[in-house]
Amino acid sequence: MKSGFDTVMIFLVLSNLALLGSSRLGMCVRALALQGLVLSVLPVIVDMADITARDLTLGLGTMLVKGFLFPWILLRTLRDAGVRREIEPYVGYTMSLIIGAALLALALWLDRRLPLPHSFVSPLLVPVSFFTIFCGLFILLSRKKAITQVIGYLVLENGIYSFGMALAHEEPFLVEMGMLLDIFAAVFVMGIAIFHIHREFEHMDTARMTLLKDDYSG
Amino acid sequence: MIAALLLVPTIAGILTFFIRSAAAQRRLLRLTVTLHFLLTCGCWFLPLSKPDESSWLGLDAPGLFFLTVTSILTLAVGMYAAAFLRREASGVPRPIELIRALPNAPEAIFSGCSQLFLAAMTLVIVSRHFGLLWVAMEATTLVSAPLIYFHRSRHSLEATWKYLILCSIGIALALLGNFFLVVAGTGHGGLSLDALLAAGPHLNVLWLRAAAIFFFVGYGTKMGFAPLHTWRPDAYSESPTPVAALLSGALVNCAFFALLRVQQVLGAAGEAEFGRELFLGFGLFSILVAAIFVIRQADYKRLLAYSSVEHVGILAVGAGLAKAGLMGSLLHALNHSLVKAMLFMVAGNILAASRTKSIPEVRGMLRVVPVSAVLWIAGFLAITGSPPFGTFLSEFTILKAAIDQSQFFVAAAYLFLLVAIFIAVAQLFLGMAQGEAPASSGTRQPEALATIVPPIALCMLALSLGLYVPAPLQDLMNAAAQTLSGSM
Repeated sequence: MKSGFDTVMIFLVLSNLALLGSSRLGMCVRALALQGLVLSVLPVIVDMADITARDLTLGLGTMLVKGFLFPWILLRTLRDAGVRREIEPYVGYTMSLIIGAALLALALWLDRRLPLPHSFVSPLLVPVSFFTIFCGLFILLSRKKAITQVIGYLVLENGIYSFGMALAHEEPFLVEMGMLLDIFAAVFVMGIAIFHIHREFEHMDTARMTLLKDDYSG
Repeated sequence: MIAALLLVPTIAGILTFFIRSAAAQRRLLRLTVTLHFLLTCGCWFLPLSKPDESSWLGLDAPGLFFLTVTSILTLAVGMYAAAFLRREASGVPRPIELIRALPNAPEAIFSGCSQLFLAAMTLVIVSRHFGLLWVAMEATTLVSAPLIYFHRSRHSLEATWKYLILCSIGIALALLGNFFLVVAGTGHGGLSLDALLAAGPHLNVLWLRAAAIFFFVGYGTKMGFAPLHTWRPDAYSESPTPVAALLSGALVNCAFFALLRVQQVLGAAGEAEFGRELFLGFGLFSILVAAIFVIRQADYKRLLAYSSVEHVGILAVGAGLAKAGLMGSLLHALNHSLVKAMLFMVAGNILAASRTKSIPEVRGMLRVVPVSAVLWIAGFLAITGSPPFGTFLSEFTILKAAIDQSQFFVAAAYLFLLVAIFIAVAQLFLGMAQGEAPASSGTRQPEALATIVPPIALCMLALSLGLYVPAPLQDLMNAAAQTLSGSM
């Protein structure tokens, strides 16, 4: 199943690049949904010889939450707020893609520097996870819309999740479920917050949220 | 006992959402914090839990210490919050910037989330598993976000968003730290604290260090180290004062506690020096940044927030100075929580009387709300570490630890920055109490008993800790420092 695993990894890289290069928010959410679906396969195929009920539950939970629930919440928020595009991000789309390529190189280099104590199914797992984490952070920093920041947060979280898959059998099941639940709650709360931001400010551009700053007397 | 500590606030918190009457909600809030406090007192008489690799929950000496601090604080804030909610509901004139805001969020959200927040903080303290600790820490972020957005204004919304996003990123990075920790401890039983401590020297050093860095950045965001502190002035100044008191008094300690656990594992692996350097670096930088922003600050709630940045810096510096410094740090965590919560409560009273958060516009508070103004001045002395308050004792202990360990640069920088902050804060605080009150805030205003008794109680506690540290507390802090610094 090694080839299947590598296919998953390549899908992850491609969806990251799609997220970096797209200005249409609907497209970004769909790329994120694809990423979630692809990730949900990981717990099952990480150890094909020994598929347990736990792997299946985790896969199913991931698919439901990351593949369907998050995109649904985000698409609904997009519709309610009536935004379609991220216009004028801090970093342009072509530049974002070039930076993406650089981030991929950085991830590969970092993987060489931090050797894992034992080997995993695929040598691609760790660098691709790092790449996904970097992409998430980059989207968080370079985009202005509140919703794009949530997307960035989720990409970051996906990267951490796929890194965690490398260690699937090292930690208890409950913790993973707890994490999934927490992240779900986080997106839910952020969704509500975006709704309020849109209603209050009539936009959801975080670059224009500048009411709070330090004033100095005298 | 631990189960009761967790269940009481959780169940009460959920129950609050189903109670219609606001008065009943407030009564339940007061009942919950009182019960939690009594249960915590009960824990003092029970034996502490022994290390057990299979158990995810447990209360050891550091846990009991931080649980006590959290519980005392929530008790005081809970009592004050009930009065605060009554004041908000009574339709008194709101601060100028809130006039155009929507009506407040329903009270059930405030009372319910406060109790769930207490439950989440308790879980952080009693968990002996890094995964569970992470889950609890993320839960504290989520249930406190609606609290910050209680006054539904644009300002508080902006603050809530910054808080949510920054802390979520921080927590995500801490999750990565968790996974790195799993890699470091491959084959030694995952993320259980006791298993990791037992594995000690067999942990993979490279991955352990990487994990420590991510934990420091992740939980450090929550604790509010500079340069990760940017959410704090906004969140503290825009949230209702009881919430600010909880965030700065109790939540900071929980994040600090998580970092001390990380340091404990580092110590077991023989990497204590690495963690101490991280603590010292973040600590000194935080004090420096706080000193820069405190000078000429024009908003007194933001001023208190920057003062919190200063104090997490002091906590971190103490934790970076081996066991002697850690003792000072623990005492300081207690003192700072008491004083900062008290100051936020008093700030709430001043805000209610003057209807503005601007320092230059608040004058003559001694004439308008005399009790609060006297508390404000006492709080100034306490927060800047003047004798005879407990903060003096703890800050001095840390300074002494630095000199004893020949860390002269640390000692000099620490002392210089604290003096600079003292001068800056003195000028701002004293001006608010003295002088003629502007006509807008009128003459003498009544001060409700429930809004001044909790801060007076906290102030008295902070004062008495400066004069005398009771023997059982001293023993507990000794045991806690012993456990945390790794010499079992």
